[in-house]
Amino acid sequence: MTGRRLLSWIALGAAAAIGCRQEPAQPVIRVTSLRDVEGQVLGELFAQLIESTGEARVERRLGLGGSGVVFAAFHAGEVDLVPQYSGTLAEELLRQPELTDFATIRRQVEARGYEVLGPLGFNNTYGIGVKREMAERFGLRRISDLRGRSWRGAVTPEFREAVTGLGAMVSAYRLALGDVRTMEHALSYVALARGEVDFVDVYTTDATIRARDLIVLDDDLGVFVRYEGLVLARSGFARRYPRSWAALGQLVGRLSDSTMTRLNGEFEIARRSPSAIAADFLASIGVTPPTVQDEVAAGEPRWLRLTLEHLGLIAVSLAMALVVGIPLGWWASQRRAVARTVLSLVGVIQTIPGIALLCFFIPVFGVGWEPAVYALAAYALLPVVQGVVTGLTQIDATLVDVAAVLGMTDRQRRRRVELPLAAPALIAGIRVAAVINVGTAALAALVGAGGYGTLIVTGLALNDWRVVMLGALPSAAMAVLIHALFAALESRASRWR
Amino acid sequence: MSTAIAFSGVALAYGPVPVIEDLSLELAAGQTHCLLGPSGSGKSTLLRSIMGLSLPVRGEVTVLGRRVEPAGAAAQREANRAAGLVLQNGGLFPHLSVRDNVALPAALAGWSPDRTLQRLTELEALVGLAPELRSRYPRALSGGQRQRVALARALFLDPPLLLLDEPLSGLDPQSRTELQDEMKRLFGSLARTVVLVTHDVPEALFLADTITLLDRGRVAQHGPAETLARHPASDWARTFVRSAAPRWRQMLDLVDGESER
Repeated sequence: MTGRRLLSWIALGAAAAIGCRQEPAQPVIRVTSLRDVEGQVLGELFAQLIESTGEARVERRLGLGGSGVVFAAFHAGEVDLVPQYSGTLAEELLRQPELTDFATIRRQVEARGYEVLGPLGFNNTYGIGVKREMAERFGLRRISDLRGRSWRGAVTPEFREAVTGLGAMVSAYRLALGDVRTMEHALSYVALARGEVDFVDVYTTDATIRARDLIVLDDDLGVFVRYEGLVLARSGFARRYPRSWAALGQLVGRLSDSTMTRLNGEFEIARRSPSAIAADFLASIGVTPPTVQDEVAAGEPRWLRLTLEHLGLIAVSLAMALVVGIPLGWWASQRRAVARTVLSLVGVIQTIPGIALLCFFIPVFGVGWEPAVYALAAYALLPVVQGVVTGLTQIDATLVDVAAVLGMTDRQRRRRVELPLAAPALIAGIRVAAVINVGTAALAALVGAGGYGTLIVTGLALNDWRVVMLGALPSAAMAVLIHALFAALESRASRWR
Repeated sequence: MSTAIAFSGVALAYGPVPVIEDLSLELAAGQTHCLLGPSGSGKSTLLRSIMGLSLPVRGEVTVLGRRVEPAGAAAQREANRAAGLVLQNGGLFPHLSVRDNVALPAALAGWSPDRTLQRLTELEALVGLAPELRSRYPRALSGGQRQRVALARALFLDPPLLLLDEPLSGLDPQSRTELQDEMKRLFGSLARTVVLVTHDVPEALFLADTITLLDRGRVAQHGPAETLARHPASDWARTFVRSAAPRWRQMLDLVDGESER
């Protein structure tokens, strides 16, 4: 059976793809971080400190999509080190949001088999930011001062969801807010500047606060828990890499709120690269990293690379979907009931949100290119299978008889009759799959797979919608081009219609 | 005269529905045989059994001295190459041009382009097909042209056996009459074994040497065409043979009446 052979080819190809990405002679420490500005600066600081010891090579997997992705990667044994926050660990790892004391949180996290270094010195918690002129006009200094008026706000999805976020604030302060919309910081700051909303949530070490001249209201009831920066490592890290652990220890207590805010600003406002920022800071505390690798300023488009990455994700995932989908569709279309079952099973995949599907593959393939390619292939499967089934089931049954009477073998019939007759529907399916994948591939940046999504993610991290557009527009253009290409193929394949 | 096709004690079913029970029949080589009967009489199923597209539940079908196997079997594939088939709508492949449809048997048999082209030209003349149509797709052909293409394809390898399933049913009366004339001429000159399925009595009487009249899966009458016309074996056969006549008589009366006035 050719289907089985194809499957084993895919498995081989996947193994080769994974295999050639790991060539360790020297031990490798995999440093990861969230996609926000602070995460990328801290990740780079950690990486350079480790490199300064010469104890191990560092693999940077910075800019992942969220704490969920990070913890999944830890579980899968895919990463070794990440900057984290005491409050996040209490909420998302320990599931005990009521914990606030750093020492207690550290003890419990260590009991779960992690290692913790910290506190680093800063507390990046939530805050409520308003424009200076408004704060002055209405005498706003504390969150309590918001009482009695239905202010309009824009908050991040994270702040809305967090245990000690919007809900906790509203009930503790007994606020009666007006319309509160949900959006990323990149957009909420713009909305605030244009007067469309009265307040936004901020991170207290966000450099934008100063750049935009916002006033952060005092959390006078102490609702927002502390998010103290720390180093989270996998179990056994300190023992295996004692010099690296000691080097990282130099950061403890060194990164005050103002220092962290300044470093964030160098990235977000001055657009210096995180590696240059980290190198300068480490030099100021007497650490000399071996070399600074990447001097490209943040947000500057590396078009060719990003385009190739994006196309690569689409091409490989599409090829995998074809290799699985065409035989599957062929097999399914032999019987109506089987076709229905297969289509609804494959259809279930389509209902899984993109980021969830990406996370689903992390335990199997780790972070980076592989989970993204598999997730995209899974997404592309439905339109491909649907195309094959539609194409084959609409073939006039008498033509199959004619093929038999002409003495065609099964193989000849597939190649000369069924494939060309099903081709228009199949190509239409591939076209839909490819166009969906151009869009979904933008999400792949959240698991570190690169592509245009990198710019979208960076733009969101830098709170700059123009950078988001730099990623979104070429992605849209690529979708249009791919659509046109396949539409042309489709009309070529259906000349006879 | 040798036997080309023999059915002995054949029972056929369409899915779970029995269509033919215990039918025995011999069709002589080199003649034109008509399987005639109303819809549902089992004539198409019987034709399909000659190619292994429909398999006997009981009994056996022998074609050119060989027992028919399922159409997918390798030996039957070979045997089917020795049979040309024409279906009601032609059974042409919509994605192939006229040339590719007609020459498909040659492509499958691995003929050289020169030999293929020569045979194509020959057949176009034989079935009355304009060479200008070669690059057209079936969608762009008239019904009559489609049947000519199908006929050319069926004859491409000069098969000893030609099978036609209601080949003219979808055509307008003029093209139909025209093609009936040409088929009669063609069958006469080729001297092949032809099995033609039709429900049209005048067509059967015009084209066939022998007619097998089928009624609900049984042979109602089998013999020379003339015998069926002159000496129907039963009341049912008489009624069926004459079923088209009253309208013809009315029409002829009208036409003659008008010409007299």
